[in-house]
Amino acid sequence: MRIPPLAKVLIKRAFFLFLMVIIVTYLTILIANAGGYVDEIMISDIKFNVAQRVSANPLYKGLSIEERNKLIERLVEDEIRLRGLDKPFPIRSLIYLWNGLTLDLGRSMYMTSDTGSRLVRLIILERLPQTILLFTTATVIIFLIGLFGGLYLSRNFGSFLDKLTIYLSPTSAIPGWFYGILLILIFYSYLHVLPPGGMVDYPPPEEPVAYFLSVLKHMILPVAAWVISSFFIEIYYNRSFFLTYSTEDYVEAAKAKGVPPSQIERRYILRPALPPIITSFAFAVVLSWSGAIITETVFNWPGLGRTLAMAIGFFDVPVIVGITVVFAYLIAATTFILEIIYGIVDPRIRAGVEGI
Amino acid sequence: MSVSEYTLKGIFKELMRYKSALVGLAILVFLVALSLYALIFTPYAQAGEIWNDQNRWLAYPRNAAPEWYNFFSSKKLPPSILIGEGLPNHKSEEAEREGYRVITYLDSFTYNYDDFPSELVLLINTTYSGSPPTVKVYWIKPSGEELNLSAYRPRNISESIYISNNLILERDLEEYAIDKLGFTPNYTITIPVALFMEYKDKGEPTAMKGNYTVRVEVTLYNRSDTFSYRLLMHGKVYGIAGTDIYRRPLELGLIWGAPVALSFGIVASVTITFVQLIFAAISGYYGGKTDSLIQRLTEIYMIIPFVPFIVTISILYGLDIWRLLLIIIVLSIFGTSVKTYRVWVMQLKTSPYVEAAIAYGASNLRIIALYILPRILPPVVPSLVLSIPSYVFLEAALAILGLSDPKVVSWGRIIEEAFAGGAVYKGYYHWVLIPSAMLILTAISFALIGLALDRIVNPRLREM
Repeated sequence: MRIPPLAKVLIKRAFFLFLMVIIVTYLTILIANAGGYVDEIMISDIKFNVAQRVSANPLYKGLSIEERNKLIERLVEDEIRLRGLDKPFPIRSLIYLWNGLTLDLGRSMYMTSDTGSRLVRLIILERLPQTILLFTTATVIIFLIGLFGGLYLSRNFGSFLDKLTIYLSPTSAIPGWFYGILLILIFYSYLHVLPPGGMVDYPPPEEPVAYFLSVLKHMILPVAAWVISSFFIEIYYNRSFFLTYSTEDYVEAAKAKGVPPSQIERRYILRPALPPIITSFAFAVVLSWSGAIITETVFNWPGLGRTLAMAIGFFDVPVIVGITVVFAYLIAATTFILEIIYGIVDPRIRAGVEGI
Repeated sequence: MSVSEYTLKGIFKELMRYKSALVGLAILVFLVALSLYALIFTPYAQAGEIWNDQNRWLAYPRNAAPEWYNFFSSKKLPPSILIGEGLPNHKSEEAEREGYRVITYLDSFTYNYDDFPSELVLLINTTYSGSPPTVKVYWIKPSGEELNLSAYRPRNISESIYISNNLILERDLEEYAIDKLGFTPNYTITIPVALFMEYKDKGEPTAMKGNYTVRVEVTLYNRSDTFSYRLLMHGKVYGIAGTDIYRRPLELGLIWGAPVALSFGIVASVTITFVQLIFAAISGYYGGKTDSLIQRLTEIYMIIPFVPFIVTISILYGLDIWRLLLIIIVLSIFGTSVKTYRVWVMQLKTSPYVEAAIAYGASNLRIIALYILPRILPPVVPSLVLSIPSYVFLEAALAILGLSDPKVVSWGRIIEEAFAGGAVYKGYYHWVLIPSAMLILTAISFALIGLALDRIVNPRLREM
């Protein structure tokens, strides 16, 4: 059976991206272990917990100090073996690598999930949808604004709106989270019309519709902050793209032939400009995963980013490592999805042409 | 984007023709001047120490708004007022009573503000042998009523007595004020409110304007004892930028933060761009295995979650700000721009003059350093300038995540402290907005210059 060229390219890319994720995960583990430094923290944590458990247990009240110390030592050793901390570092790092890749990241040191679990996987996975919800919404809105705004301005270039966009494009040097701070000051501290952060009202509404509206209300400010931050530069870049493509010879030829303007726009300008626009959008989405961390912290949005900020506060290394790995997966997945879309819009990739 | 023909000097000349770039340059000159001022008058290493020393700022008001706030507000906030020894309108009279020296000081001042001071502090310098002096403080309002602010006995040579924290006095004055008003108001009567208030039937309390007098009666129990005092009324406005919850004047923090922000952004951006250019040149020029190694590295770098990585490293190794900068550089040198630059290098490699250089036997290093890098530099300059703000904001972002260097004063750290201090909820807007304005100024300055540069080196954009 002959595999279609697009599928072949995609399988190759998926394999390659997964390899990259493995490398990044291993790097994360190497850094996080800092030559066994984390192990030391974990062992001292185990010692502390075991000692507490023993002294709190009435069963051991009658033991002499020596017996009790022996018991603590034995329990600590058991715990170390249980967690695989007694193996040499290269092997241990491979165990960690496998654990990292399968998101089997063990228990957090201090943090708990909403359901009270200390499994890192649960802590992370219950946060993931919130992050995806917020930032996918924001980036899709920005993409659409950029596309249609850019198209509109390229049609009316030199107009007042066009010049205004160019003059206001420096505002995009300020990141979304920063606009977030300003928006909170205006709409919460000063006007008291919108919540300063969080995802739903407290207590959360029972009805699904009310719940949905409450989430929507909490999303306004973070999404607005991101949209403001990219608004002018997205339109400006897309407009420049469209203008560049609209001066191509084949567009002139089509005009001379008498092709109607709407058709020129769709077939001769938008179509070839789409792949580079999608590439820049891909970078924007990938960047958004990093930007998410600070935005979520500013808006107290219960996603991965704020969890990372909290893990920093608690010095909770397993959670920090876990989130780093999940972000690597997210970036790889985003890249892969965009490559599929790219394959659909770019005929060269669809045909399996190499070396672009 | 094609490799442009411009030289760096030509670009600069062209740049001066853009008004927006001139505005950007003017802001940049201001920021550089501020940085130089900061570095010359306060050595960088000391600034952080001074900033963190809480005892140093006791003479400043807490949470004061900037002085220019009064221009925009109908309700005039008071600045700090200092009266007493060595200041105008200070009179003293000495008498003997029951064999002891009794000194009566009279200090008066005019108060023309609507709001109340935030705190009252009695600063006393005294030397005594035996029993410490007794200090009685009386307060005479413009209406002529006299309030007793109770008696104090300073035990140290130099003592600060926080009159406004005296709870017993507060209760007494509250009772007195309620008696005067004839009803219990819905606002709390603190000591500054009671001392300055106008007795009104309703509404928010306002200050009584006019001449106030403070009478201090000091009894010294020994001939050789000395005594001097000052009364500090902490205001609600201070300086150009106000103060924070720890009484630190923010203007100092803003000045000290300028060199940090500028050097962080510029060093990061310039170093990263240059290293990326060199890798791109090597990758594009040599090709083969070197090329594919560098290309694979850039692909790994694409997957690295940048901020989580920095956070992990910074938290595990406790990095100071310059090591953090180094990590940021290391995590960016194989960024996606390497791919873009590499394409330009490959275009140049086939250009006649490079082929000529190869033909006459120039070494590879010579060709890269003298013929390729200088040619791809001009088109890179706009993105270099445009990326400076992103590193300035990255530092601020990391500060907001709680990863700031405690020894360094940076704008991001001031914003983080404002958040931690509840500025957003308590309405200390200046604490957030003024450092934010500095960050915005920096960003806009580089963006204006960068976008103008972009139009210069990419003529296709200019035509439109």
